[in-house]
Amino acid sequence: MTDMKRRALLAGLIALPATACSKLAESEAGTDIFNAAESMHRLAHRTLAGRQALAPEYPPEARSPTMRGNGSLTVETDEYQAHLANGFEDWRLAVTGLVDNPLDLGLADLRALPQRTQITRHDCVEGWSAIAEWSGPQLSHLLDAARVREEANFIVFRCADNLNGSDYYESVDMVEAYHPQTIVAHRLNGEALPEKNGAPLRMRIERQLGYKHAKFLTGIEAVASIDDIQGGNGGYWEDRGYQWYAGM
Amino acid sequence: MKRHFLATRIWHWVNAIALIVLFMSGLNISNAHRYLYWGDYGFDPADAWAAVMRFPAWATIPQRYDLAEARDWHNTSAWIFALSLLGMWIASLVNRHFQRDLTTRLRDWTPGALWGEIVAHLKGQFDHGEGKYNPLQKMTYGLVLGILLPLMIVTGLAISPGFEPVAPWMIDLLGGRQSARSLHFIGTWALFAFFIVHVAMVIAAGLGWQIRGMITGRVPKEKSGD
Repeated sequence: MTDMKRRALLAGLIALPATACSKLAESEAGTDIFNAAESMHRLAHRTLAGRQALAPEYPPEARSPTMRGNGSLTVETDEYQAHLANGFEDWRLAVTGLVDNPLDLGLADLRALPQRTQITRHDCVEGWSAIAEWSGPQLSHLLDAARVREEANFIVFRCADNLNGSDYYESVDMVEAYHPQTIVAHRLNGEALPEKNGAPLRMRIERQLGYKHAKFLTGIEAVASIDDIQGGNGGYWEDRGYQWYAGM
Repeated sequence: MKRHFLATRIWHWVNAIALIVLFMSGLNISNAHRYLYWGDYGFDPADAWAAVMRFPAWATIPQRYDLAEARDWHNTSAWIFALSLLGMWIASLVNRHFQRDLTTRLRDWTPGALWGEIVAHLKGQFDHGEGKYNPLQKMTYGLVLGILLPLMIVTGLAISPGFEPVAPWMIDLLGGRQSARSLHFIGTWALFAFFIVHVAMVIAAGLGWQIRGMITGRVPKEKSGD
């Protein structure tokens, strides 16, 4: 190889991340490759561990001193502030969509269901972790009571909070929806769920990152496809470039 | 010096590109939460054992702070890196590159032998010892291939909540998720240190024929031990 060629090769290698990468990332093929890699991770996780395998649960002394609040720390509507003031006595959770028996539940209804309490670790996409105890009914109980139809492929979570002008929402597939640790939490460390952590209700999706754990929950909706909901990517952060599978 | 196996040459460049992408996208990811902890949890900078600098945009992929896209680059390259390392290990055992060129002897590890090696390297004497590489090279390549690179895969898996149900004992063994994250970070800079020394040694030994050798496999007659 001549000196010229060698220099061109080295220059190319150095410039590669700067130019080629940004072009590739913005192309459709680039997005397809990223999504394929993420699907491979999801399939690998579920194949190796099993679809119902549990996330680790900890003893009470392993809990972190507090549970950090992140994202929306409150909902700045008069309606929410009124609910907050009266202890969410009139808060409603609707279970709708592809179900034969739509539900409209209050907090007392949710407390009357069998409860699951779990001490789990919350991993944020940013990199930090916190450990806390969560209690609430399993989502599978609600879905069974609502009689979800065969054609439903996703469960969408509707939220009261609005970030940068868009309503927060999230979605999971039926594997994650029926996972035993997927609960609608109304208690944190033995107390009513605090405002900063999503009062009065939030999801716990224990095998995925924090952005899946929708807070300020108002609705649970069974759908066949997530393509026509908001940005079409299945969640607030997914519509902003984050992967739908948040298992890594 | 014998020519490099085809498997070695292909892996070397695929791995180099994958590691560059992993490194630069990893710096972008690090910027999202610049604190490192030991144990299972950690979110309060007051509990951190290290506060990491904010890495400048020119050093990251993409060339601006973008956690979503950086994660895409990182998690995609991770497959290429991990599968090619697995392929390299299988090839090295089958073509006996590992047994012939990378295994060391116990006597290579005595303080006297190690000191002799360092002195020889400082004098610019690289062609000594039996086989393709000198003992210090064998140790370094062996540690990088056998421990450091696999550690990056293991610690990367350990910080993935979706992987954790596969092998919860692995996360426990590493001391918890935040410990695994810290080890992932430390491993990154150990690899970076290897990269700097590796490039320096290649330049010292002769950049041109070394790079040519790793591309074509051909080495000049005077460097060939055959």
